[in-house]
Amino acid sequence: MSDSQGPLWEVFVQKKAGQPFVHCGNLHAFDKEMALQNARDLYTRRGEGMSLWVVPSSAIVASSPEDMGSFFEPSNDKIFRHPTFYQIPDGVGHM
Amino acid sequence: MEINFEELFESKLAKNDFIEPKDWMPENYRKHLIRQISQHAHSEIVGMLPEGNWITRAPSLRSKLVLLAKVQDEGGHGLYLYTAAESLGISRDEMLDALLTGKAKYSSIFNYPTLSWADVGAVGWLVDGAAIMNQVMLQRSSYGPYSRAMVRICKEESFHQRQGYEIMTHLAFGTAAQKDMAQDALNRWWYPTLMMFGPPDVESPNSENALKWRIKRETNDQLRQRFVNQTVVQAEYLGLTIPDEKLKWNESKKGYDYSDPDWIEFKSVIKGNGICNKERLMARNKAHKEGEWVRAAAAAYGKKQQESQVAA
Amino acid sequence: MNLNDALFKYSIRLGDTSLILAQRLSEWTGHGPFLEEDLALTNITLDIFGRAKSLLEYAAKIEDKGRTEDDLAFLRTDREYFNALITEQPNGDYAKTIMRQAFIDCFDLLFYTALAKSKDETLAGIATKSIKEITYHKRHSFSWVMRFGNGTEESHTRLQQGFDEVWAFTEELFEMNEVDEVLLKEGIAVDLSALKPLWLKEITELLDKANVQIPEGVYMQKGSRKGIHSEHLGYILAEMQSLPRMHPNAKW
Repeated sequence: MSDSQGPLWEVFVQKKAGQPFVHCGNLHAFDKEMALQNARDLYTRRGEGMSLWVVPSSAIVASSPEDMGSFFEPSNDKIFRHPTFYQIPDGVGHM
Repeated sequence: MEINFEELFESKLAKNDFIEPKDWMPENYRKHLIRQISQHAHSEIVGMLPEGNWITRAPSLRSKLVLLAKVQDEGGHGLYLYTAAESLGISRDEMLDALLTGKAKYSSIFNYPTLSWADVGAVGWLVDGAAIMNQVMLQRSSYGPYSRAMVRICKEESFHQRQGYEIMTHLAFGTAAQKDMAQDALNRWWYPTLMMFGPPDVESPNSENALKWRIKRETNDQLRQRFVNQTVVQAEYLGLTIPDEKLKWNESKKGYDYSDPDWIEFKSVIKGNGICNKERLMARNKAHKEGEWVRAAAAAYGKKQQESQVAA
Repeated sequence: MNLNDALFKYSIRLGDTSLILAQRLSEWTGHGPFLEEDLALTNITLDIFGRAKSLLEYAAKIEDKGRTEDDLAFLRTDREYFNALITEQPNGDYAKTIMRQAFIDCFDLLFYTALAKSKDETLAGIATKSIKEITYHKRHSFSWVMRFGNGTEESHTRLQQGFDEVWAFTEELFEMNEVDEVLLKEGIAVDLSALKPLWLKEITELLDKANVQIPEGVYMQKGSRKGIHSEHLGYILAEMQSLPRMHPNAKW
């Protein structure tokens, strides 16, 4: 949503190298550089991160609640995708 | 199969699940949340002013740094809350417009003046102390973005009350003039702070729905009582007197009996008759107006940047 | 002037310059042009106050007369303050604040980068920490100069006006006196004359990209090295020092 405060952005912070970038909030900014600087000043004031992504909120494509059943339920019965589905004989060690 | 959205919504509430922005929600729930969250955001933003009043006069370099960081945090909290409200489909512009034209409410406590350095201490100790009780409860509110904002805010707020109490400690154990300053601040801030929890339960028009929807989880009176109970011992440590002759431990309710604040004054300040109501709004309007060309310039520059990228 | 005197005066000069600049910037907190920017500028203000505190702590230690950094900040008169004149100039509109900040950030980055090599370990340590902070400050102020210079007609006009009001105070940043001479010999101070061409080059490039005109023959103001200020400092100190002066025996 764009208004006189500038477009809305999504902010993702990586806490430590190797960890995933986690969504931590939003902000308004008028350009990319400002969005990045504002994210730094807003969301890493207490040493919360070491790397940042900012993405215009308008670029986010989201699933909707109506999709919940068709998107996510079919995966619930694919128990063979989980390691606990399989029995491993004793004595063969960790697998 | 038709999904019954209302049932889904109710069942989520019943299971203590969170409601997310795209989920179906009753219109009243949405409206109530927009009102509550934006008021909360406005309170943070207007709340920068009374304490900000002392930034240039903070009496030591350390206290200056701390106060500045604290006032900045409040701005940040306002921002988290504005974006949480935006997820419900209202724009920052609309919310700011409501604040600047005086249509929206914010916490009345900020319409009281900060007259001495001790007031900065009292605001941190009492006002933030009261705010934290509310905020801790709101971390478990049913609306996801609100709850997440509150988790973040609570984490950051934890130093605010302490810095206020630290100021009070220095004053209460300092010179006679400093101790007087501290007592005077407590005298002036005690009842306005009790008002922060809102009108008594019997008169609170919005509480019932708010509790049902888990936007609130405890009543005004419950929170107020808890605040009094925890504050008495803190005042005693400082050697300061809470300005309430009726204040007395009540064994049967395991809490203190206390005098009600002046609810007529409460309503009057909400209506705009506090000594600072006009100044606070004027200050916000001034900053907004003087920032207009800055935002316009940034918008124009941002647009040019985007166009040159597309062209390149 | 002995070495200790010079080191005290040098630390005071740097400390005062940071303190008065931060004091000015802190007037924006809660009143910024929009919320995000209010928070961003306050972060910068916090860095600069922090640096002021470290430098005045060091000055107090060198002086060794039982004064603390707070005594130095809150109980000296304007004639005992040695902050650069540019820092005490009123904030004006946001363009003027940003212009002043860009001049100072550019200077500070060059200055503290050089000071990080000082033979005085404390100053070198403070400088090393400051370099990271100032690198960010400069990125912030420079990007705003670009936005104002190339944003709207109004922002461009305001930036030029801000420039006109502040430019005359820039030369003083490079002024050296006996303090610098004594410390230069010891490898402690920074040779300011060497920084000037570097500063001028960067600033000229920036202003060129922001379409700001640098007029010829502007009379450059001086005075702070001798503790002679503009009228503004008196008011800044009156406000900042009021409480400690009202309660001389109090601790805060």
